[in-house]
Amino acid sequence: MKWSSWLIRFFLERMQRLLWLVPLAMVGLFTLIRIAPVDPVQAYVGARVALVGPEQRQAIATAWGLNDPIPEQFLRWLGHLLRGDLGDSMLFNASVSEVIMARWPASLSLIGAAFMLAFVVGTSLGLIAAAYKGRWPDRIIRAFAITLAVSPGFWLALLFIALFAVSLGWLPACCSAPPGLTLGEVTWGERLRHLILPAATVSIVGIAPLIMHTRARAGGFLEGAAARHLKAHGARDLPLLLGPGLRHALGPALTVHLAGAGELIGGSVLAESIFSWPGLGEATVRAAKGGDAPLLMGVALATLAMVFIGNLLADLAAHLLDPRLRNRPLGEARRRRWGLSHESGSANMTGGQP
Amino acid sequence: MLKVNKLTVRFRQHDGSRLVPIEDVSFTLGRGELVGLVGGSGAGKSLIAEALIGTLPRNAEVSGAVSLNGSAPQKGAIALAPQGRDALDPLAPSGRQVARFARLARVSCDVPQLFADLGLPPSTVKLWPHELSGGMAKRVLVATALATGADYLIADEPTVGLDGASADRIMALLADLAVSGRAVLVISHDLVRLARVACRMVILEEGRQVEVADAAAFAEDRLVHPFSRALWQAQTWEHFASEEEAC
Repeated sequence: MKWSSWLIRFFLERMQRLLWLVPLAMVGLFTLIRIAPVDPVQAYVGARVALVGPEQRQAIATAWGLNDPIPEQFLRWLGHLLRGDLGDSMLFNASVSEVIMARWPASLSLIGAAFMLAFVVGTSLGLIAAAYKGRWPDRIIRAFAITLAVSPGFWLALLFIALFAVSLGWLPACCSAPPGLTLGEVTWGERLRHLILPAATVSIVGIAPLIMHTRARAGGFLEGAAARHLKAHGARDLPLLLGPGLRHALGPALTVHLAGAGELIGGSVLAESIFSWPGLGEATVRAAKGGDAPLLMGVALATLAMVFIGNLLADLAAHLLDPRLRNRPLGEARRRRWGLSHESGSANMTGGQP
Repeated sequence: MLKVNKLTVRFRQHDGSRLVPIEDVSFTLGRGELVGLVGGSGAGKSLIAEALIGTLPRNAEVSGAVSLNGSAPQKGAIALAPQGRDALDPLAPSGRQVARFARLARVSCDVPQLFADLGLPPSTVKLWPHELSGGMAKRVLVATALATGADYLIADEPTVGLDGASADRIMALLADLAVSGRAVLVISHDLVRLARVACRMVILEEGRQVEVADAAAFAEDRLVHPFSRALWQAQTWEHFASEEEAC
């Protein structure tokens, strides 16, 4: 009973947030596209530039309503959007929703694989570093994390290609499947082989913060009073970390990682264009370069949804793993975030004694 | 029988000098006895507990003799119920945490029965530490020590932060444990409550033992050392003052 009522309140609060977030994002998005130096008519005409005169261009612009006031254009776009019509992509010669539907599975598999990879690598390395705090495994892992944090993703991607694809020849440098085959002919093993380098590239963004967060949380638990009490009665560091400490580390790690979904998507845009991965990120780059405004806006909305879901899951994970968050009314959590909470509330929260 | 003879704790400082927070503390604690360890704040009471269970930091040097039934105490022979609620893992239900201590000591423990013995309602097993009241948290901390099955217990400030009735109950509980055959060392500021249940009191002034008094000495005004007398007078006066306020 307690559980379901808590979940319902949680989702209601998040839906409320969506109510003001989506219109705000739409206005921002539309404004950005309209002030960007993208001329939709030019993009449409493309190579036929010699065949289309200025009068014809004017006619196209009028027919598309580009000369109408901007708010009117926005409302028209919104109207179409509400009917589920995202417009047509000029580059792909298909409706935007078709392009998104055709490409999101590739993107999701890439981002999902990168997410899992980063989570497993980041939390395990963080736990190992915490267990050997101050000793050489910890130093090596920290140096690794800092190196990753300062290395640009695209540069690492090029290094990966140079090393694993060109020099060693172990892994393919391009695409999600060998060229010249239809999708039906590609085996799962081949797909996996093609996934490795792009997924590793995207996961790089997430690994360093995860290592440092997990290390700090797990280390904090090990040095805390609860762990000391257990250690005084015979517990040792490693079993403590893999048992009770895991929950302390996993909650914040999962929250940080899910809330960073936006960065993973941003990273995927780069990785997809470097590895010619047929996903939404690659389509975004082509749409931006080709002036395909409808596709750009459609992809942006899809990204918004993905980031929102990522954040929702992050909050949910944090609440599931930490009972102290669950037992508090949600409104109070918000007040605390804005710094309006009373002293008594925070004393309740930590439960600590002087 | 736990015998502590001239226990001294020194800390090596960075500049090579030595800090000596505990010097020449001697007392005995037998099964069936409750001994109080008292003194002002910073007298080094909790350090003695840490020295006895072996959790002092690395730069500490311990000298003097601690023996349990004639030999050095084995790890786990003495269990500690720490002072603060923060010694409970905030992300595990109380029952599961107490079971962890039994598992560490490789003994079996009926956690619901243990909770019932300590006067905790059965539902406490499922409560998270932040859901416990102050008195319940103290009992759960005592339960973590009892779950190890150790016969020698140290309770660090079991009454601090509790209202009068809860403090009385937890002291009575510790006295019962001693009556049932365990040896209990209670570290406390609360001289008045402790004097009602303890066999002996070890009185510390800034890490130096000034007196070991039997409990009757307090009521009968037979305390020898001026510090012990001052400590007792200050507390009884406070105690009466607070009781008058309550009326």
